[in-house]
Amino acid sequence: MLSFITRRIAVAIPTILILVIFSFILMYSAPGGPFNSERPLPPEVLANIEAKYGLDQPFWRQIVNYVWGVVTQFDFGPSFQYKDRSVNDVIAQGFPVTLTYGFWSFVVAVIVGVSLGVAAAIRHNTWLDYLAVGVSVGAQALPNFVLAPILVLVFTLWLGWLPGGGWAGGQWQYVIMPVIALSTSYMASIARITRSSMLEVMNSNFIRTAQAKGLPMRRVIWRHALKPTMLPVISYLGPAFVGMITGSVVIDIFMSTGGIGQFFVNSAFNRDYAVIMGITILVGVLTITFNLVVDILYAWIDPKIRY
Amino acid sequence: MTLKAKLMATGAAVLIAAGSMASAQNTHPVTGETLAEDQTFIYRVLDEHSSVDPQVVEDVSGSEVVRDLFEGLYNQDEDGALEPGVALSHAASDDGLTYTFTLRQDAMWSNGEPVTAGDFVFAWQRAVDPELASPYAWYMELMSIENGEAIIAGEMPTSALGVSAIDDHTLEVRLTKPLPYFPQMVTHGTTFPVHPPTIAAHGDEWTRPENIVSNGAYVLTEHIPQERTVRVRNEMYWNNDETIIEEVVALVINDENQALTRWKAGELDRTEVPAGQFPALAEEFPGEAISFPRLCSYYYTINVTDTANPALLDPRVREALSLAVDRDIIVNNVLAGGQTAAYTFTPEATAEFEIPDVAKAGMSQADRNARAQELLAEAGFGSGGETLEVDLIYNTSEAHRSVAIAISQMWKQTLGVETELGNQEWQTFLETRGNKDYEIARAGWCGDYNEASTFLDLMDSGSGYNDAGYTNPMVDDLLAEAKTVQDPAGRQAIYTQIEEIIAVDLPIIPIYHYAGSYMMDADVGNWPVNNVEQNWYSRNLYKIAE
Amino acid sequence: MAETTSDDVLREMEANPVKGRSLWADARARFFRNKAAVAGLIALIFVTSFALFGGLFAQYERDYINFALIGSNAVNGVPSFETGYYFGTDASGRDLYSRVVQGTGISLMVGLIGALVAVVVGTLYGATAGYIGGRTDGMMMRTVDVLMSIPFMFVLILLLVIFGRSIFMIFVGIGLISWLDMARIARGQTLTLKNKEFVEAAVAVGVKPWTIILRHIVPNLLGIVIVYATLLVPQMILFESFISFLGLGVQEPNTSLGALIKEGAGQMQYGVLWQLLFPLFFFLLTLFAFFFVGDGLRDALDPKDR
Repeated sequence: MLSFITRRIAVAIPTILILVIFSFILMYSAPGGPFNSERPLPPEVLANIEAKYGLDQPFWRQIVNYVWGVVTQFDFGPSFQYKDRSVNDVIAQGFPVTLTYGFWSFVVAVIVGVSLGVAAAIRHNTWLDYLAVGVSVGAQALPNFVLAPILVLVFTLWLGWLPGGGWAGGQWQYVIMPVIALSTSYMASIARITRSSMLEVMNSNFIRTAQAKGLPMRRVIWRHALKPTMLPVISYLGPAFVGMITGSVVIDIFMSTGGIGQFFVNSAFNRDYAVIMGITILVGVLTITFNLVVDILYAWIDPKIRY
Repeated sequence: MTLKAKLMATGAAVLIAAGSMASAQNTHPVTGETLAEDQTFIYRVLDEHSSVDPQVVEDVSGSEVVRDLFEGLYNQDEDGALEPGVALSHAASDDGLTYTFTLRQDAMWSNGEPVTAGDFVFAWQRAVDPELASPYAWYMELMSIENGEAIIAGEMPTSALGVSAIDDHTLEVRLTKPLPYFPQMVTHGTTFPVHPPTIAAHGDEWTRPENIVSNGAYVLTEHIPQERTVRVRNEMYWNNDETIIEEVVALVINDENQALTRWKAGELDRTEVPAGQFPALAEEFPGEAISFPRLCSYYYTINVTDTANPALLDPRVREALSLAVDRDIIVNNVLAGGQTAAYTFTPEATAEFEIPDVAKAGMSQADRNARAQELLAEAGFGSGGETLEVDLIYNTSEAHRSVAIAISQMWKQTLGVETELGNQEWQTFLETRGNKDYEIARAGWCGDYNEASTFLDLMDSGSGYNDAGYTNPMVDDLLAEAKTVQDPAGRQAIYTQIEEIIAVDLPIIPIYHYAGSYMMDADVGNWPVNNVEQNWYSRNLYKIAE
Repeated sequence: MAETTSDDVLREMEANPVKGRSLWADARARFFRNKAAVAGLIALIFVTSFALFGGLFAQYERDYINFALIGSNAVNGVPSFETGYYFGTDASGRDLYSRVVQGTGISLMVGLIGALVAVVVGTLYGATAGYIGGRTDGMMMRTVDVLMSIPFMFVLILLLVIFGRSIFMIFVGIGLISWLDMARIARGQTLTLKNKEFVEAAVAVGVKPWTIILRHIVPNLLGIVIVYATLLVPQMILFESFISFLGLGVQEPNTSLGALIKEGAGQMQYGVLWQLLFPLFFFLLTLFAFFFVGDGLRDALDPKDR
């Protein structure tokens, strides 16, 4: 187990490096640059700016400098677009926001999704099952750029219960709508996976045996069925967790939360190379970490798996 | 100098008004309206501002914050005319190359230190410093300050800049050529002073709310990127007694429909009107939908270089395309926010400028369409000829898309022209258009200063913004000539001539002149609708009790 | 020894076609017993024929603007059989019915192309890795691991920026990123297949590896490939809607359901709700159909469930 973890971490480092190089190449092959604007800058002004940000150096040199800065000083460079801020500032500002509503979305999605899935499976082929399936398929299919403005219309304009956007340091009123909007489709996926996995487990021999022994249903589910049911759910949760805590452009746009999703998209459109790189690396590291966590959880739950 | 006298007079009036302020607390000193308890102004911005550093800021929303936090030599009043800021007056030398500004004694930084001429010298040297690498260094070039270009190019030290402090309250500026509108130019953020010790102490982080020291009517108290910026009254501001709004909040809301919902819910005092919604909103919220002309033009630029679609090199084709655009539908139905149809480039709102008569403007749309069909047939296209196919690119935006869809259909329905629409994201669009890798492209231009040359200079064959690749030596000569004419009527004659040439050569198809349109809460007083550059200052606003 | 092996092969070859056919027949029977799946299939047929033949009933071209309607949609552009605007008009005064027809078509096409690319690339890659095995397998699968940790959203946005103008390229691009899961699944299946007798027999008679992969391995992966592809299509359609949301999708005057929904959602509060509801209905119906058909196929083709 330990050697497995060390091996995975050893692979992670070149993976990040490849990610950095790959992103650099993609970024630079996109048309335009961070300092293009409607009003082209005079060449001498542009030259000063490029010198300031090191963009006048050869491509490989920029990558080396960048990686060196990150590794030795944990410095992800200055933002080209938000000139009062460094990339570290941008992430320090935006990531806690995203993490907060992402985390709560995760909690909500798992609790509601698993309950809904289990309920549907236990009451297989009843109205509850059909309702759960209908709701989860609908929730998965509804684009959240439709859901988000509907939420604001209903809760802010019509009912007047919640503020229509903003973050205000993460007060609960401001967190509710982003959480609903973000968790809905994940909740739906979790419910669907839980349901079909649970159905499979309930049909398996060991559950039938347990039932045949006359164990009460509740006990069969809690003691025997739930753990194997969770296996496919957990492998979904790893990427889903990363997906949620890295937030959503749509939520950031509609709820004005100021999370990194918004920064990321803006940076891609503005060619703010340093911010793109910073956020990509952040997300990459999170992805690798949680894939690893999932694998470990998997091994812990399913004793058949050996590394 | 008459301007000086006028400025002194305004300054005096301001002082008198300030004196009477203390006694009447809850009514407005001039209008007598009852003021609201809560003097907080909350407005929506589309996007996070680039910076609040006066020398670095390059976007509109950042400049709005900078105008509240800092004060330059002069300000603009509600109509866009000059009024004293830190400078009370100025004198220009006879050759127009040296300006001497007299600064007020009572201007103070928010930490209580006096604002001196040295702070301006420091700020202006900073603006051209290659080390700071301000994207707005070009503005200092535009101001033609002595040695500015050489310093930016790194050939001279910043101390060589033609600006010096004669004493703490006298600032001298030396120019390389006389600029009639130079005093207007110092209302721009790039020229605002900064506090040298603060920058020395905090470096790049000096604009953080906890570090910043500013000299305007407000101080920055909170800045959460992509969410909000809060500025509150600066007690040290020399004219603090007259400031009514206590707190100004800018909220970043990317989606305009979302912003409108929040405005309706009462969370905002001001937001933009989405394209096409103005009439309905004006009916639903009488008096709260406001619209006013802006100093901007919206047009399609046609590539007339040899990389172009050969058909578009024929002026008859361009004329036909221009005639077939029904501007009235665009401004009245598609956008419907108070824009005006454009048949010439320079907007009517421009100071000392009258829109010249061109033949197109006087025709009915039916006549224009008939003429367009004739012209296209003469050029060998349309009925009887081959089908004309053109590419039209625009950058991603709902409004640009609506306009492009409508115009491509006008061309199709009137002329049988097949248009291929290309929606490109901003950077790609700039690159494509800049490389002249297009046939027809959307373009817009807002005046840098309030004079027609800020628009017509784009038609100069040497202009970096001449995306059409248009060259006409006669236009170049006329533009050069206009720079030497002091008398506005003489300039108008030249500008009329240029507009007439453009209307024949048609490197661009003017479509409309912009209007600003806002949903503005009825309790917001004194929004400067007559300031065509929309340089507004929160200290001039107030909230009326409901 | 050699004789028994060839006997086995013979028996296998004899048994296989019969067994194979019955396997598919079984699956078909199971699929048609599943009500949700059948409903999904019907919906899918409906949506597809709407996209293919709906245009025949349209009264207006999809790009034709009735200029009198611009700016007065909420009053004059309401859905009506009398005016021929069955679904009303869009914000630019165009017939929403013919636009929804086209949008449905493009969304379907985009989903199918994206899924097809992902499945073809993924299957071939996975089957090759699994069949060759050893160090090559290790290398190929490590590459997949590395690619999987690349944040997908990021690549997507950059692809949009680079291939902005061509919707087809975008979906080739998206398909090329989405093949990773398929590659893993295909490899896993191949590992169990490659020790089967019919593969060994093919090796013994000297069939080239590439031919074995194409002729013997891939056909046996078909079941799982079909299931995965069906579930991938709705994902692709959702991606397309996200791209349209960012304003980078299909070029006007062409449209997709995502683009129509985006436009309708923006107009939600201006009294033209039909601009959202009609495209949204077809969008949801399409996704429902694919989800249910996909689930049905999985249950039908995966016998371990029974």
